[in-house]
Amino acid sequence: MTKIDKELVDKIAHLARLEFENEAKDEIVKEMNNMLSFVETLNEIDTTGIEPLIYMSDEVNVMREDEISNQVTHKEALKNAPDHDSDYFRVPKFIDKKN
Amino acid sequence: MKSIPQIQKELQEKKTTVTEIVHHFLSEIETNKHLNIFVEVFSDDAKTKALEIQEKVNLGKAGKLAGIVIGIKDNICYKNHHVSASSKILENFESLYSSTVVERLLSEDAIIIGRLNCDEFAMGSSNETSVFGAVKNPINPEYVPGGSSGGSAAAVAAGLCHAALGTDTGGSIRQPASFTGTVGLKPTYGRVSRHGIIAYASSFDQVGPITNSVVDAALILEIIAGKDEFDSTASERKVVNYSKELNFSSQTKIAVLKECIESEGLNAGVKNSFLEKVQELKSKGHEVEIIDFPFLEYLVPCYYVLTTAEASSNLSRYDGIHFGYRSKNAFDLESTYKKSRTEGFGKEVKRRIMLGTFVLSAGYYDAYYAKAQKVRRVLRNKLDETFKNYQFILIPTTPNSSFKIGQKNSDPIEMYLEDIFTVLANLAGNPAISVPLGKNGDLPFGIQIMAKNFDEQNLLSFSNTFF
Repeated sequence: MTKIDKELVDKIAHLARLEFENEAKDEIVKEMNNMLSFVETLNEIDTTGIEPLIYMSDEVNVMREDEISNQVTHKEALKNAPDHDSDYFRVPKFIDKKN
Repeated sequence: MKSIPQIQKELQEKKTTVTEIVHHFLSEIETNKHLNIFVEVFSDDAKTKALEIQEKVNLGKAGKLAGIVIGIKDNICYKNHHVSASSKILENFESLYSSTVVERLLSEDAIIIGRLNCDEFAMGSSNETSVFGAVKNPINPEYVPGGSSGGSAAAVAAGLCHAALGTDTGGSIRQPASFTGTVGLKPTYGRVSRHGIIAYASSFDQVGPITNSVVDAALILEIIAGKDEFDSTASERKVVNYSKELNFSSQTKIAVLKECIESEGLNAGVKNSFLEKVQELKSKGHEVEIIDFPFLEYLVPCYYVLTTAEASSNLSRYDGIHFGYRSKNAFDLESTYKKSRTEGFGKEVKRRIMLGTFVLSAGYYDAYYAKAQKVRRVLRNKLDETFKNYQFILIPTTPNSSFKIGQKNSDPIEMYLEDIFTVLANLAGNPAISVPLGKNGDLPFGIQIMAKNFDEQNLLSFSNTFF
C-alpha cells in the first residue's frame, strides 16, 4: 500500500499549485492516507483484459465549418481579471527576481 | 403546490398575472431568508421580465414556460449575472455568456429568479462546504437539505420558486431531492448540454431539474435537452416531448439490487417503505426481482478516484490571473498561483484537488486512475447486462433521511458514503430519478429509479405512477 508522507504532500501540492503548512499539512497527510486505503479496495476487482472506460458519450466526430467567430471581445475578456491595464492582464513582476 | 400546466392554465384564464406570481415568490424568498437558500435574488430583472412576458401572454405569443419562475444553482452561468460555484475564488465573477440551459429556459419565457446556494464547486453532500454557509432544510432547519444542489432542492421544497435547476455529478440532484421531499432528475450523460456549467468532473456532470412533480420535470427536460454546438458530448438524438406521454400502463420487469437493500447502513424506516413499495408494484402486476450486485462497496471509491482526477484538471484554470480571486500576498508568478488558490479554495475542494493530482501523477496513474477507469467499464457492462433483462432498476435514493447540520463533518469518508446509492448512475451514465417515498417523522426520503440510457420517456412515465 502506498503511504503518503509530508514529502509526497509537498510534491503533489506543488503540482496542484497549493500550499499546506503546519497543522494543515498534518491534516492533509492523514486524510490522503485515509482516502487511499479507502480507494485501494478497487484492487479486489479483477480487471484483467478490461479496457479503461474513457469516453461516456457514443457521439462521434461532431463537425462544424471552420469559420472565425469572435465570441468574446477584448474588453469582455479583461472584465473579470483581478488586475489589468487597457490591453493586458497584469501579474506581479517576476522577471528580475532570479537569485 | 401547483404544477406548471396548472399555473399556465390560470394565466390563460386571467386568474393571475406574471407580475403577481413574481411578487409572491419575492416575498416568500424574503420571509425565508434565514434558510440561506438564495445566494442572490435577481429581483429587478424578474420584475421587468414579468411585464414583458405578461404582454406576450396577452398577445397569445408566450413560450412554453411563460409565468414559470425558476431558480438556478450557483454553478450555472447566466449572462451579465454573477456566478461563483459558492466559492471565494469566484467572488465578484460575472458571466460573459449564458449556459445553454439558461438560454433555452429564457427562450421559452421562464423567469430566472436568482442563484441558489450549493456546495463549493458542487463538492459535498450536505450543502455545508459553501462559502456562503450551510443551507437549512425547510422541513426542519436543524437538518441539512442534502447537496450539492441543496439550495435548489430547498427552494422548491420551501415554495420559493416553481422549479430549480441543479447539477448531478454523483447524486447532487437526487440526494437533496430525497432529503426535501421533491422530485430530482439526473438525465442520461449527454442528454443535456454542459455548456456554461462550471465544471467539476466532466465525464460525470449533468444538469437536471428539481421540481414538485414528474410532469414539471418532464416539461423542463424537454426544453433544456438536446444537441448543442457548444458541447460536443451533448447527444444528437432527438428530444421527445416527455410531458405529453406520461402514462405508463404496461406491466414491466424491475430489478432491485440485493446489496443495497441488505446494506448495513440502510435505515429501517427507509427499508420498510421501500419493501412496501416493491409489494405494491408486484400487486400491480409488475415482475420485481432481487438480483445480485456484488459491487456496492466499490462504487464510491471508483467515483472518488475519477472525479477528483477530473476536478484537479478542471480547477487548474483558477490561477488568480485571468479571472477570480487573487491573493494580496502574491509576490511573483508562482506565489500568485499558489497563494490565490490556497486562499481562494475551501478545504473540501483542496482535498479533492490533492487526491486527484496524486492519482494522475507519474508512478501512480496506472495503479489508481487507469484502474478506476477499468472498474468503471466493469460497472457499466454490469448495468448494460441488467438492462437487457429488466426495464428499470429500483433502489432507495439515500440510505437514510436527512442528518443534522454539523453531524458528519469530522470524517470526509462518512460524508462521501452519503452518495453510495446515487453514484452508480453517474459512473455508468444512465438516467435516474428520485421521487418521494416516505418519511422518518417529518423528514422525507426518496426512492430511485434508473433506466436505460436515453430512455427518459419511460423513466418519467413510470415514476409518474408513484404519485
